[in-house]
Amino acid sequence: MNDVRYLAPRTLDEAVRALAAADGAGRVLAGGTDLLVQMRAGAVSPGVIVDVKKIAEMTTIEETADGGFRIGAAVSGAEIGDHPRLGQVWPGVVEAINLIGSTQIQGRASPGGNLCNASPAADSVPALVAAGATVTVQGPDGRREVPVEKIQAGPGRTTLGRGEIVVSFTLPPRPPGSGDAYLRLIPRTEMDIAVVGCGVSLTMQGGTCTAARVGLGAVAPTVLLVEDAAKALIGSRLEDEALEAAAAACRAACRPINDKRGTIEYRTRIAGVLLKRVAAIAAERAAAGGKH
Amino acid sequence: MPKLHVTTTINGEPVEFLCDPTQSMLEVLRDELGLTGSKEGCASGDCGACTITVDDRLVCSCLMLAAEAEGRRIGTIEGMAEGERLHPLQRKFVEMAALQCGICTPGFLVAAKALLDRNPDPTETEVRYWLAGNLCRCTGYDKIVRAVLETAAEMRAAAR
Ligand SMILES: Cc1cc2nc3c(=O)[nH]c(=O)nc-3n(C[C@H](O)[C@H](O)[C@H](O)COP(=O)(O)OP(=O)(O)OC[C@H]3O[C@@H](n4cnc5c(N)ncnc54)[C@H](O)[C@@H]3O)c2cc1C
Ligand code: FES
Ligand code: FES
Repeated sequence: MNDVRYLAPRTLDEAVRALAAADGAGRVLAGGTDLLVQMRAGAVSPGVIVDVKKIAEMTTIEETADGGFRIGAAVSGAEIGDHPRLGQVWPGVVEAINLIGSTQIQGRASPGGNLCNASPAADSVPALVAAGATVTVQGPDGRREVPVEKIQAGPGRTTLGRGEIVVSFTLPPRPPGSGDAYLRLIPRTEMDIAVVGCGVSLTMQGGTCTAARVGLGAVAPTVLLVEDAAKALIGSRLEDEALEAAAAACRAACRPINDKRGTIEYRTRIAGVLLKRVAAIAAERAAAGGKH
Repeated sequence: MPKLHVTTTINGEPVEFLCDPTQSMLEVLRDELGLTGSKEGCASGDCGACTITVDDRLVCSCLMLAAEAEGRRIGTIEGMAEGERLHPLQRKFVEMAALQCGICTPGFLVAAKALLDRNPDPTETEVRYWLAGNLCRCTGYDKIVRAVLETAAEMRAAAR
């Protein structure tokens, strides 16, 4: 950790410039709950640490004119949980973000950090994928919009180019009759890493599912968008056969590893079980009408 | 390595210090500022012994760079008692023997106070989830949870 520089720029342009100039040795610091652990362990040793928490666009939540939300990538889980509207419209996204770590970790951990740390088990990512979130990325070549599922490239790797920063997440406007949910399986009730995580977002009209998205975590090198599971749900009334077909699609999408938290067989089986449970919660929330 | 100059507020007092870019807030509190109430149990965010507040949010000071304190309001266990007068939580922890070795105690107290500040009437489940990031190897947690619930009841009665 010799000759490390710490910068806390107030603008994105400065942050991007500092990262680009660091020539691969620069790291964004959001909540630090992954980065500082990795630095202590000697797993990463950045030359320049760019703290993005003084950049207004990255630390605020805003409801857009069309009824969507824009969440700054560095907003803490605690602030997201306290937002008066976000949890009403997107309860699944908020519950997924709030599952990250303890109260203390929530005081700092951000959805941008959760995504860019690129753990396949990152809790907020399946819910954001299910929600159809896009991220705004800014880099030396300007801005681009990317679906959230395109950011992770593999464990610890992203598709971000040198000097690129995830600025914010955009959640689309919500039609009436929509609901989302996230569940993870962990051996404990708190403070553990997902064996499988599943996010589902649904729109129900007159008892029929008209839109669905499914995100699956911890069963492949990256969080997955499971389009076949969504197809099985859309057009159905979420009857048992449709749910079983969606569960089968989730199991088919799994390419998990064996580790101390779960075997390949166990993870695959649980992916199907969770899909059904999460879809039921999302449907209940959709029926409750989404209070917005 | 050039030192950074940081201006901040700790327990209501303006404070300035110099730090290395990678020094943690916990290291600066303990080693530079002599505020040794916050403890290091793990240095990886798992145990909560280093819990402080930053702009009223609970944070593990072991997972925060000292440089990040610039312009923020920091609260530590040293700011909890008013002179010799213990905070009701501190008094209850002593009365109900909610500690043995005491390493975890400052973290539990700072975290429990933040809970009671926002929710004066938590359920036992809420207390247990809120404090899930604070580990204790001695008490088995039950006495700690009871002490927090008792304090909450007492503070509610006193506020009436
Ligand atoms: C005790 C403990 C418990 C935890 N429990 C969980 C859990 O239950 N579930 C879970 O999913 N995770 C968990 N984590 C991991 C971690 O808290 C989360 O991944 C968290 O969301 C990371 O966010 P951060 O803001 O702290 O990221 P940081 O540590 O600041 O950053 C993480 C990585 O992403 C990069 N980065 C951050 N923001 C951006 C950005 N905007 N643009 C580009 N790159 C960026 C950083 O350079 C770094 O490489 C836990 C960690 C600890 C210490
Ligand atoms: S020392 Fe900070 S959480 Fe353990
Ligand atoms: S009293 Fe010893 S760790 Fe809690």
